[in-house]
Parts: sequence; structure tokens; C-alpha cells
Amino acid sequence: MSELNSKIPEGSIGEKWDKHKFNIRLVNPANKRKYTIIVVGTGLAGAAAAASLAELGYNVKAFTFHDSPRRAHSIAAQGGINAAKNYQNDGDSVYRLFYDTVKGGDYRSREGNVHRLAQVSVNIIDQCVAQGVPFAREYGGMLDNRSFGGALVSRTFYAKGQTGQQLLLGAYSALSRQVATGKVEMFTRTEMLDIVKIDGKAKGIITRNLVTGEIESHAGHAVLLCTGGYSNVFFLSTNAMACNATAAWRAHKKGAYFANPCYTQIHPTCIPVSGDHQSKLTLMSESLRNDGRVWVPRNPEDKNKKPSEIAEKDRFYYLEEKYPTFGNLVPRDVASRNAKYVCDEGLGVGATGKAVYLDFRDAIKRDGQSRVADKYGNLFDMYKQITHEDPYKVPMKIYPAPHYTMGGLWVDYNLMTNVDGLYALGEANFSDHGANRLGASALMQGLADGYFVAPYTVGDFLATQPYKTEDTSHQAFTQAKQEIEARIKKVMSINGKQTPDEIHKKLGRIMWEYCGMSRNAEGLKLARVEVQKLREEFWNDVKVVGTENQLNAELEKALRIADFLELGELMILDAHNRNESCGGHFREEYEINGEAKRDDENYSYVAAWEFPKNSTGEMMTGDPVLHKEELVFENVKLTQRSYK
Amino acid sequence: MAEQHNSYKIKVWRQANANAKGGFKNYKLDGVSTDMSFLEMIDMLNETLVRKGEDPISFDHDCREGICGACSMYINGHPHGMLEGVTTCQLHMRSFPNNTTITIEPWRAAAFPVIKDLTVNRSAFDRIIQSGGYVSVNTGNARDANEMPIPKEIADEAFEAAACIGCGACVAACKNASAMLFVSAKVSQLALLPQGKAEAQKRAENMVAQMDEEGFGSCTNTGACSAECPKLIGQEHIARLNREYLTAKAGSDFVK
Ligand SMILES: Cc1cc2nc3c(=O)[nH]c(=O)nc-3n(C[C@H](O)[C@H](O)[C@H](O)COP(=O)(O)OP(=O)(O)OC[C@H]3O[C@@H](n4cnc5c(N)ncnc54)[C@H](O)[C@@H]3O)c2cc1C
Ligand code: SF4
Ligand code: FES
Repeated sequence: MSELNSKIPEGSIGEKWDKHKFNIRLVNPANKRKYTIIVVGTGLAGAAAAASLAELGYNVKAFTFHDSPRRAHSIAAQGGINAAKNYQNDGDSVYRLFYDTVKGGDYRSREGNVHRLAQVSVNIIDQCVAQGVPFAREYGGMLDNRSFGGALVSRTFYAKGQTGQQLLLGAYSALSRQVATGKVEMFTRTEMLDIVKIDGKAKGIITRNLVTGEIESHAGHAVLLCTGGYSNVFFLSTNAMACNATAAWRAHKKGAYFANPCYTQIHPTCIPVSGDHQSKLTLMSESLRNDGRVWVPRNPEDKNKKPSEIAEKDRFYYLEEKYPTFGNLVPRDVASRNAKYVCDEGLGVGATGKAVYLDFRDAIKRDGQSRVADKYGNLFDMYKQITHEDPYKVPMKIYPAPHYTMGGLWVDYNLMTNVDGLYALGEANFSDHGANRLGASALMQGLADGYFVAPYTVGDFLATQPYKTEDTSHQAFTQAKQEIEARIKKVMSINGKQTPDEIHKKLGRIMWEYCGMSRNAEGLKLARVEVQKLREEFWNDVKVVGTENQLNAELEKALRIADFLELGELMILDAHNRNESCGGHFREEYEINGEAKRDDENYSYVAAWEFPKNSTGEMMTGDPVLHKEELVFENVKLTQRSYK
Repeated sequence: MAEQHNSYKIKVWRQANANAKGGFKNYKLDGVSTDMSFLEMIDMLNETLVRKGEDPISFDHDCREGICGACSMYINGHPHGMLEGVTTCQLHMRSFPNNTTITIEPWRAAAFPVIKDLTVNRSAFDRIIQSGGYVSVNTGNARDANEMPIPKEIADEAFEAAACIGCGACVAACKNASAMLFVSAKVSQLALLPQGKAEAQKRAENMVAQMDEEGFGSCTNTGACSAECPKLIGQEHIARLNREYLTAKAGSDFVK
């Protein structure tokens, strides 16, 4: 069964996008105002798309559950954004960025998409600077760059440790300008709870006004989901508290395929879990590994000693010893896995034994405290604020944490899902990062999708569509609305004993234990049953207080968790199906000396899952159907990654 | 400092909705770990309320890393609590002595009406940005980013202003509930950069007009805003806004 058509244009890798843009059908400027585009999510991807489409003349209705577009999770990105500008004259090029990204993704992404991403990366920087984004500069006034993991060139643009904030505020300002012109109608504190399909095409959405509880219908000619990633399925992650998978999952239930759900990124340098009260985990930027040395005590007896009392010979600098070439700068998946290994061996430090040291002693000795403070001051302060320990004096304690999801809704080259008229942009789609994302590439992808891809490809689709907007009194809308109202009533009426957070924490523990940093078939089998049981528990025992027609955070959480409880099972199935290790997906059965062992022969495909056909009622039942998109590599040669 | 478990009396503003009459309610909370963040303490209190079938305390929050600007609590008489340069979500319970009372209120300003408990409506800030807080450039219109060098000092100063997280603490701290610091941060950022210069005066004029329309008070230069701003946005930006604004006014009078 191969109805999955990725629609990669013909031609050499360098010509595909340009040719495609030329072949795209155009909408007459005067007719653009006859189309309405629904954009769900106003983070980097959504705000960029909404603003750019409105500038072209389309009517846009934009939605966010936040109180303002400026609060989207994109705001929290720290390190930077990649672009193949080659301003440093260090040998960078579009092709090199393309190559690094395909390799970094462990050869599980589409060449065509990744090359386009590298091509438009340069326009992103121009656009952002024109908007007034204050990127870091050198004394001569030119833009500054830094290096990030997985690359040997300096191509990362940044604004202190607040790159995501500055980029989002840039996109938000462009969006605000279009709100002022009236081309964008902005709906804040409004959560999309379902999509509406008519004759197989996406024609609108159902939303809940989070302040009044009102359920509303909105019709349009195309629907763009720019709703972010799903790391919060683990409960504890570096994502903002409200990040969730509901929009993508509802689309999935309405027919959109979900691709590679098991590809999740566990970031190696996060502040470890300190107790049950913890609500989220905080990232410490990858850049710290430039100067910090990672180690644990060689002897388990030394675990409770002060680090300063442990002699040099008794310190196990495991990354430096195992990977002499890359040392502390191995890619994220490798660094995370090795931290887990040493802790599993009983060498972990801290109260829980689930932490390793990231030590700046030698850097401070070499460069002096003030140099180190110059580079990392704000991170050191944040660390101290949270842990009450001074990293200038004692090593940081760090541990890996869920951070980013490479999987997402399946999309073709045009970013359209397999549902006509339904698009997915940014972290919500699966498209560009394969099995592992390189640092500073998510911001690039979100803005590429929003500013430079969707404005073309959505127009191509609309050019074939009639002007008439569906009436929200159409039976498809009224039915979807009734279903959502019934779902909310049901959740409110269970009145059991467990709070939504309690169930969410249980789910997180299952996912982390069996579908986290390393996975095996036995565990995954067990986990599937556990998640199914927990889902039963939710629908019989959740307790949601308050009423549905008021601001009700408990209800919001419960509805999102209900969807996580289904997505979790799909992640487990996908991880079980993929009998190989690649990037962030590590199956213990498939390794060579602790490194990921790919199986290109049998698994060089995108796993796109269809929601179980026979599933009825509120809860997912039965088995999802797997569709495969074979990956074709014409430019990059597949090899085993080595960092030794 | 090793972890301890403390007890507090939490005195918090409860208000069912915008039209309801609000009031303080007291809760006793034991077993609060000194390692908890302030918002985790509220989570804990809320879980106990939910288990009793009571409505939990509503509050805005999201990133819990001091960057999204969502959290907005007035704690013991200070917006975002008593620590300098820190948002509510970055406060930790070790900063609050055992067996004390912690008083929590929403931002109070006519332009930020209460939605529920500690959650207020800050959409006035969005409308101020819509009135001019941008550079008018369409996607695809940009020239090469390095074509226009910008001195590092200028870029850094613009960055300082752009670091505003739109939280509204400046308004909450001001006895006149003025939004001058917030407005000035954006005007200043864009007036400093060559990209924003062309519209600088018009921007200042429009944003100030919108600020007035939203019902924010006037600025009497008390400096309370900068003192409480979690991102330490300074008074010099207000001075720059005033300059842009006065030049704009003079200009438009002249044209008339
Ligand atoms: C701590 C941290 C640091 C990072 N640092 C970097 C970095 O340095 N460089 C890099 O490249 N990447 C980084 N990333 C990754 C990057 O920030 C994200 O992948 C990216 O910002 C996602 O953007 P987005 O537009 O796809 O989604 P988001 O920014 O998550 O936006 C999602 C939007 O959708 C809305 N939404 C979601 N569901 C619904 C619904 N049902 N109804 C209505 N609205 C909805 C939300 O309100 C929001 O507006 C970092 C991530 C984290 C967690
Ligand atoms: S100026 Fe400071 S206090 Fe005011 S909104 Fe910005 S960050 Fe918050
Ligand atoms: S929750 Fe984001 S700044 Fe406090």
C-alpha cells in the first residue's frame, strides 16, 4: 500500500526547490482575499506563517492557547539558529549544512526537504535582522557566530542565551502588524480541540474559549497546525508546562498519519530531578560542554565524597576516555546514553545517584573566573538559583532529560499532511531532522517553514480550491462540536480519585522507563500494556474539579493527558517496530560496543502510522496501521557515525 | 543548605471571575521542601485543594525559566517577590523563612482586569505592540544581513531593551499603573537600530496613544518600575522614548 507520496520535485538536489517554486500555481492577488487560512499555534512556525500569508493578502485566523503569541514555547530557546551564510569564511555552504543535518539525523531524513531547509536558512537571518532582531555582533559591526555540536564550522547566529526569545519577538511583531491591518484575526486563550473535514478535506476547526468555556467552530480553506512538539508525554521535560500534543493527535484521529513517533531527543545537560515535587526540568545549554569536563567517580565508594576530595586518578572522564577525538563534544544522543550507562553502573552522584559532574575547575584555572563568567555567567546564575550551589566552586550536576521530538505529523514536500488542505509546520511535523536533531536547527526549521515554504505551497493548493467558505452550520461542524462537548462532559463527570497530574506523572514514569533513553522489546511490550491500563484508569478514575464554562486549568490538563495517553502507546509501538538503533532511538538489542547500530537494509523508511481503523468511542483501541515511505539517498552516502 | 521541610500560611487573593467580588483566603501548607520553586509550592497547594474537591488557584505560568513572561504574582508586596532580577517562577522556597505568612495578589491595574484569582488579562500589551511595535518589512523584502554593520555597543543596547518579557510587573509596581517602561523598551530597541529608525517617531507617537487609550496611568518618573523589573530594564529607555515622542509631536505640530 503506497498512497504516501512525498512529492519531492524532480531534478538535482540543488534545483528541486527553485524548480518547484516556478511550477507552483499562483493565486491572483485580487483573489487572495477570498481565501481564509486557519493557523493554529503562533510560535516561530505559526507566527511566521500567519504574518507572511497575511502580507500576501490572504485572510488569516490565528489561534493560541496562550494569553499572547509572545509566550509560545519558542521563547525559551537559548543557544542559537543555524544558517549557511559562511560569514566566517570557514568553508560553510548550503551543501555542507545539508550534509551535516542529514548525517546528524543518522540518515533518517529526506534529502529534498533538508536541502531546501539549508537553502532558505540564509534568507531567515536577513529577514530577522530587517525586523530588528538584535543578534550578537562583533566590534566591527558584523554578525557574530558560534559553533554547535555536529559541525566543524561556525554557523550559529545567537542573541546571548535568548535567541528563541528574540526570534519569536521578531515574528510576533510581524504578526502584530498584520493584526493591526485586520488581515489576521487573532484568537488568544483559545484551544483547538478538533479539526473538521468535509469530503476528505480539512475545512475548519473546533475550539474552546479557555476563559468562558465556549465551544466554537471556525471555517477556512486550509488549516495549518504549528502546535509544537510532544516531549511532555514524559511529564518531566525541558518544555514549557503547557506544551502538548492535542492538536496533532486530534488531526491524527481524523486521518492524518503520525510519523516516527519514537524519535525523541534526550538532551544530555539538564539540571537533574531533585524530588517528587518537580514540575519540569531546566536545560543547561549545550555550549557549556565546550569548557566543562564531564566525569563521575571511578569507585562507587567515592560517590558521597565532596568532588574536591576525589583525586585526579579516581575521576572517570568517561567521554574523553571513550571518544578521544570528540571528547566532551560528542553529539547529544551519544552524551546522554553514556551518562545513563555510568549511572546504571552505580557511579552516578547526587542524592538520587542519577547525575554526573560537569566540571569547570580546569577552565577556571586556565582562563580565570572572569573569562568563564563572561561566556556562561547567566547559565551559572540560573543554575545557582535553582540548585543553591555555586558552579564556580563545585562542579555542576547534570543528567539527560526529554527535550525535543523529531517525530510528528507526516507531511509531504509541501508540508501538507495526507489530509488535503491540512498542513503541519515547525516541531509539529516530522520532516527535517531524521532520528536526531542537531543543536540550533529547530529554530531554523520553524522559521523556514513559516516564512519561506508554506507561503508558496499553501498558495499552490488554494489555487485549485473554490472561493466558497463552508458554513459552520454544516453537519460536519455541528457533529464535531457535539462530540467535543460530549467528551468534555464525560471527563468532568468521572469524578474519580486521581488528579490529572497524578496520572500524567504515572504516564511519564512508564515512558521514561521503557521508551526513554534506551529501549528493548521486552520492556516495550510491557509498557504498551501498562499504558493501556493507565488509560482505563484515566477514564474511570480521573478527578476534574470546577465547571466547564469557566477558566479551568484542571480540565485543560485532563483533555491533553487523554491524548498523551494514546500517543504514548503509539510511541511504544513505533519503538518496538523499529528493530534497529538510530539517533535518539536506541534499542539495546541493536548496538555495537554501546553505539547505535542502524539497519539500512530494512529500516531506511519513515514509519507513518494510521490511527486504528476499528477504534470506536473515546479511547483508542486496536492496532494502528503502518505505512512506509522509503527514504532515497542520492547525494549523501550512508555510513556508520563514528566519534571516536 | 540541605533540604528542609517548612510550613507556611498562604494568604492568597481568590476571585471567581472578572465580575465577582474577590477577597483573601488563608491556607495552611506543611511539608514544603526548600528545594521547591515558588510555583511548585502553589502546585502542591492546588493538588491538596483539588483532592478536597475545591477549585484550585488560577495563575498564569508556562516556561518556568523566567523568559515567557506569563507568571505574574504580587508576593509580599513586590511584583515577582523580593529578589532582584528574578521572575516568580525562578523564586525558590528556601528564600522564604519557615512558619511565615506569604501574601499573594494578582497584578492590580485598571488596564489588566482580573480574569480569575491571580490570572489577569494583559492583552492591552498586545494591542500596544500592534499599534506600532514593529519594523514595517514584509517577508522576502530583506537585504543581506551584513550589508548594514551595526556597532556592537548599539546592538548590545538594543538587546538590553529587547530583553523585556512583557510580564507587566512594571505596571503592577507603579502607583499610577503606567506602562511607560514596557512601551519604552520596545521604542528604544527599534529606535536604536538603523532598521527601525525610519518609523521611530511615528512608532513612539502611536504606541503612547494606544497606551493612553488602554487606561494605563501617566509616568511620574518614580523609577519603581525599573526597580521591580525582572529583566532590569532601565530608566534610560524612558528618556529615549520621551525624546522620540517630543520630536514626533513637534514634527506633527509643524506639519499641521
Ligand atoms: C529549553 C529549550 C531550548 C531550546 N533551544 C533551542 C536552540 O537554541 N536552538 C534551536 O534551534 N532550537 C531550540 N529548541 C527547540 C525549539 O525551541 C522548538 O523546537 C521550537 O521553538 C518549536 O517552535 P514551534 O513554532 O514549532 O512551536 P511552539 O513554539 O511550541 O509553539 C506552539 C504554538 O502552538 C500553540 N498551540 C499548541 N497546541 C494548540 C492547540 N491545541 N490550540 C491552540 N494553540 C495551540 C501554542 O499556544 C503555541 O503558540 C529549544 C527547546 C527547548 C525546550
Ligand atoms: S519592562 Fe520589565 S517589568 Fe515591564 S513588562 Fe518588560 S520585563 Fe516586565
Ligand atoms: S513562567 Fe515563564 S517567565 Fe515565569
